[in-house]
Amino acid sequence: MTAIQKKADNPIAHLSRQDIEALGRDLDAIRERIIGSRGADDAAYIRKVIDVQRSLELASRAVLLFSLLPPAWIAGTAGLSVAKILENMEIGHNVMHGQWDWMRDPKIHSTTWEWDNATPSDMWKHSHNELHHTYTNVLGKDNDLGYGIMRVDEDQRWSPFFLGQPLYNFVNACFFQYGIAAYDLEIGRYLKGRKDKDTFTRQVKGVLGKIRKQVTRDYLVHPLLSGPSALTTLGANATANLVRNLWTHSVIMCGHFPEGVETFEKTSIEGETRGDWYVRQMLGAANISGSKAMHLMTGNLSFQIEHHLFPDLPSNRYAEIAPEVQALFARHDLAYVVGSLPTQLASAWHKVFRLALPNEFFGKNVAAAAPEQVREAA
Amino acid sequence: MPTATPVRRLRERVAQLAELVATPLVPADFVDLLDPLRSGADLRARLVRVTPETSAAVTLELKPGRSWKGHVPGQYVRIGVDVDGVRQWRAYSVTSCTATTFTLTVKAIPDGVVSNYLVRQARPGTVVQLDQATGEFVLPSPLPPKVLFVTAGSGLTPVMGMLRSTELPDVVLVHSAPGPDDVLFAAELRALDAAGRLRLVEKHTDTDGVLSTDELLALVPDLAEREAWACGPTGLLDALEAWWPTDRLHTERFRPSVLVTGEGGTVSFARTGTVVEADGATPLLDAGEAAGVLMPSGCRMGICFGCVLPLREGAVRDLRTGDITTAAIGDGVLIQTCISAAAGPCDLDV
Repeated sequence: MTAIQKKADNPIAHLSRQDIEALGRDLDAIRERIIGSRGADDAAYIRKVIDVQRSLELASRAVLLFSLLPPAWIAGTAGLSVAKILENMEIGHNVMHGQWDWMRDPKIHSTTWEWDNATPSDMWKHSHNELHHTYTNVLGKDNDLGYGIMRVDEDQRWSPFFLGQPLYNFVNACFFQYGIAAYDLEIGRYLKGRKDKDTFTRQVKGVLGKIRKQVTRDYLVHPLLSGPSALTTLGANATANLVRNLWTHSVIMCGHFPEGVETFEKTSIEGETRGDWYVRQMLGAANISGSKAMHLMTGNLSFQIEHHLFPDLPSNRYAEIAPEVQALFARHDLAYVVGSLPTQLASAWHKVFRLALPNEFFGKNVAAAAPEQVREAA
Repeated sequence: MPTATPVRRLRERVAQLAELVATPLVPADFVDLLDPLRSGADLRARLVRVTPETSAAVTLELKPGRSWKGHVPGQYVRIGVDVDGVRQWRAYSVTSCTATTFTLTVKAIPDGVVSNYLVRQARPGTVVQLDQATGEFVLPSPLPPKVLFVTAGSGLTPVMGMLRSTELPDVVLVHSAPGPDDVLFAAELRALDAAGRLRLVEKHTDTDGVLSTDELLALVPDLAEREAWACGPTGLLDALEAWWPTDRLHTERFRPSVLVTGEGGTVSFARTGTVVEADGATPLLDAGEAAGVLMPSGCRMGICFGCVLPLREGAVRDLRTGDITTAAIGDGVLIQTCISAAAGPCDLDV
């Protein structure tokens, strides 16, 4: 992709000011309707997910006490992997977005929630909720574009460093929770002297404190409690963490990196109206198609477009509004990017490989090297 | 005891271990799945029975968790109920108790979110959040020889708690309700009256009009000899207090009377970084909740102080009296957000 403003066939050039503001009003109306209809069913949903997640984690850890037996290892590891994924995605990510604050339950609230991830909730909320969701896909503003270690847009300047980015991306996927923590610490900004030292030191302590607790739990206490199964339990916990890291990394890559997702120039957001912001969110994300179970396991980030339009609506309602949102895309002749997980993942990885090389490598016709865009114009 | 120390030490070790395994949650988060009413858990109660009282009132029998410390008749509890998925806290007087349960009697008020839910929808088995009983509206010890209760509507509930638990030698109850069918606990009270345990004076306001102070004196000629407890709408209590300024009169208010509305202002919730515009008639509690701030809350009528927060800077107006309270940086004046509205820019520490 190239910043939308530089494209010869700018996909929003046909939208008039009135179109954009009308679009904004239509999206506001969807939002108001969902907010007005939040109720007991939604509350029951998140409480059930939380109960299931906790029961599954407890049961899996209990089964792993006997992980020396291969069936126990397999069942326990699978259960713990699913529990960790649910905890991070459908519960942690969404609770910290404030999707459930309206319930006024202090135990399920963005200001009190802490998750099973190396990055402490307050740091993550700042870099994710405030920065990424405000400046989505704005080059030079949204560090989620390549996480500061990769080049995922033609308009990001190439340097030889990026030749290694397929490897960086793979390593980042395996250790994703630590990658997020490092990213939230803004190590690069600190090294350039653009981040206050006291803040940085305090945040590093917070991250190390969390890592110490997690490591103690997964690699010391739980294995020791397993007695003769200590080593196999340690292996099971490491596997569950790896599975969770690979899965979350994949889902998140599919949210913004597949072909067809647009980026924006820094100057383009000056004086942006609510309608403009909506349009940027519409074109700056991609969905993943799949079953209900699949949506649950992605924390409904398979509805990344709907999530970016309405980050604080309860995740269980994204599926309900997706057809309406898609119809709005069609009415305004905009591309609703959606594809299966393998398709989107392949598309995102292809981009990571392709942009490891400078644009010139492919000659002038950069687009020729891009795979066919997966689009569904409903 | 010789075994106490090693046992306690072992329990502490187990608790520490449980904390290490539960992180980032706490062990209680897992144990709550099995037993939300256990000792040491956040105080909760399970609804065990719902009994209709009148067409618009029910008595709820609640079994509190093991951390429940009991109550003194006349006191109230705050309960947190999830209505349409939203946690709502309200205060209700305890009307009776057994060894393991206590009751609350709730009358549906027009547009009352919680009271209508409790009267028409609440089902046995529901778990509600609970606070320990509190309140000063109780009988003293020793008991006064002659007692007068003046109540109206659901203002009868704390008095019923006292009447059921305490044998009073000489007691008069003057109770106002719209009509005979609206009188809470009517059969029980009329039976007590017939048995000579109390003198019941029913005042049906639909036909007899609102109780006046002159009328009260006529109904209870020895009023001056009595120690009195009154509970009901603000108008009744204000009139009583003005007419009978004495420390022998104890009152309990259920709802605030809104007298003054200010000009409003910008309200900042410092810790969450939320900023909203609030008008002069909206309690800061409502303004905060509407903006998604996790506001502490309680009775929402200015009596329980469950919603108190420090006002870091700014001016607020008491919606009941119109009094202005101001704070400069560093003051941290504690204000009740449920009965305070913005009277200029406000900066709250939450």
